[in-house]
Amino acid sequence: MSSSRRSFFHRSTLRAFVSILVFVALWEVGARSKQWFGIAVPWVGNIPAPTAVLHVWMGLVRDPGYWQSWYLSLLRVLAGFLTAMVIGIPLGLLMAVSRNFNDTFFPTFEMLRPIPPLAWVPASIIFWPTQELSITFVTFLGAFFTVVINVLGGAESIDVRYFQAAQAMGASKWDTFRRIVLPATVPSIVVGSSVGMGITWNVVVAAEMISGGGSQAGGNGGGLGYFIWNSYVGGAYEQIVVGMISIGIAGYICSELLRMLGGYLTPWLRTR
Amino acid sequence: MLAPTPTASARGARTQGAICIKDVVKVYDPDRAAIMAVDHCTLDIAAGEICMIVGPSGCGKTTLLNAIAGFHSITSGEIYLDGELLCGPDKPMANPGPDRIVVFQNGALFPWKTNLENVAFGVVMQGKMRKKEAYEKARAMMADAGLSGTEHNYPGEVSSGLRRRVEIVRALMNDPKVLLFDEPYRALDSLTKSVMHEALLEIYYKNNVTIFFITHDLEEAIFLGHRLVIMTSRPCRPKQILDVDIPHPRDYSVLTTPRFRELMDQTIEAVHEEARKSFEAGEREG
Repeated sequence: MSSSRRSFFHRSTLRAFVSILVFVALWEVGARSKQWFGIAVPWVGNIPAPTAVLHVWMGLVRDPGYWQSWYLSLLRVLAGFLTAMVIGIPLGLLMAVSRNFNDTFFPTFEMLRPIPPLAWVPASIIFWPTQELSITFVTFLGAFFTVVINVLGGAESIDVRYFQAAQAMGASKWDTFRRIVLPATVPSIVVGSSVGMGITWNVVVAAEMISGGGSQAGGNGGGLGYFIWNSYVGGAYEQIVVGMISIGIAGYICSELLRMLGGYLTPWLRTR
Repeated sequence: MLAPTPTASARGARTQGAICIKDVVKVYDPDRAAIMAVDHCTLDIAAGEICMIVGPSGCGKTTLLNAIAGFHSITSGEIYLDGELLCGPDKPMANPGPDRIVVFQNGALFPWKTNLENVAFGVVMQGKMRKKEAYEKARAMMADAGLSGTEHNYPGEVSSGLRRRVEIVRALMNDPKVLLFDEPYRALDSLTKSVMHEALLEIYYKNNVTIFFITHDLEEAIFLGHRLVIMTSRPCRPKQILDVDIPHPRDYSVLTTPRFRELMDQTIEAVHEEARKSFEAGEREG
């Protein structure tokens, strides 16, 4: 505990605070320039000021619809992300260990991989029975390809000496997979999943905007992406910024949780 | 088929671990480039002997080691371990097994396992011992090798010298007949090296396994070995075999003896000629 308290006052923490404070202050001055100096700073002058955003935000915090947006986006991200992990990790491992499997599936995989997830949105809406499923599917695609490529790359780059050493000590094929391939690939899985998580947030928000957010709950009920779009359409500019910052916070929390989990899964990398 | 009896006399108490390499040829890419790495190599290594293989870079020493370990096939010839055929005409590649364990140039400890788990890895996996038993034995062997206190560290957390020692203990835990060293101390500085040499000999005196040790370092070769096998530059074949008549157990004081200097001079002469040939042939370092 004492170490975390010390690091709170550490120079880098201080710099982070100064950086954010200066940014917000400049933003405030820019946004209020018309009101305070009579001249609007171009571009920045049209943005709602941070204090105004905060004011609106304070109001929204009491609105269940706002939290519903959080909940819906988070649900889609988690569903898409977890599905991507559950399908992507075994697929990547299979492609790494089986030549035949790799020869069969890799070309198809490589052809689908460059298609941006958002290009899937229309097809996805047609294909899946509910809008919820279409959005989740697109979210899944965002993480899926990254996870597979990372797992495959990680498993393929395992040093041959580890296999030789294990073989000499009497490892069977299954032992080799379980005791060498799997643990040696964990760092790549961790990296792949944290990159995938970031893409998932990018994708979910855009998918919600395009598809109309599946607004079965009405009003603000369609996820953070829809929340932003709806605010734009309704002219509530402060809410747009609230939505943007909310996504930033949500993405940060998800990445941080993944980092913690990743650190727990790869204790041997902690000291590096 | 009977293996020829090893000519070199057994040095240690061990009666197991005699390697007989008979007329071994290894050609890489026989259909096209046909690079001959090992050329009709014949060599007998007695049980319990420390046999140092010295030769220029890229001469094919590692190919020979890989053939004994069962990582690479041979093109022709035979290799026996205690009279049993490891690889030969009908079976070009030996099966890797716990009786022959390699200590690699850059180390091959599993970074995701602690040192203790690494040492216990083989016997636990083979089901030879229960985990608790294996850890107890591993702990005792590590203590014996001066590794107490590093059991729960990951290999990445200890110095490279200690890592090599853990790796040797891991190999010994499998009760091998032969330890195959592929320039294990190449990356170490000379001070660490000298400590490692004495530590290795100490471990050897306790366990008395056969050691097949590839090196560039002539001082290392003479200090450790019963015999030096000086290899020709590629293709690799024994050029000269030198008996090191300094009695074991040895410690670092032998380095300053006149006999050591004499042996050193002889070796330098023999190796230098091959090194020059190999250099002129444009062999890459490595």
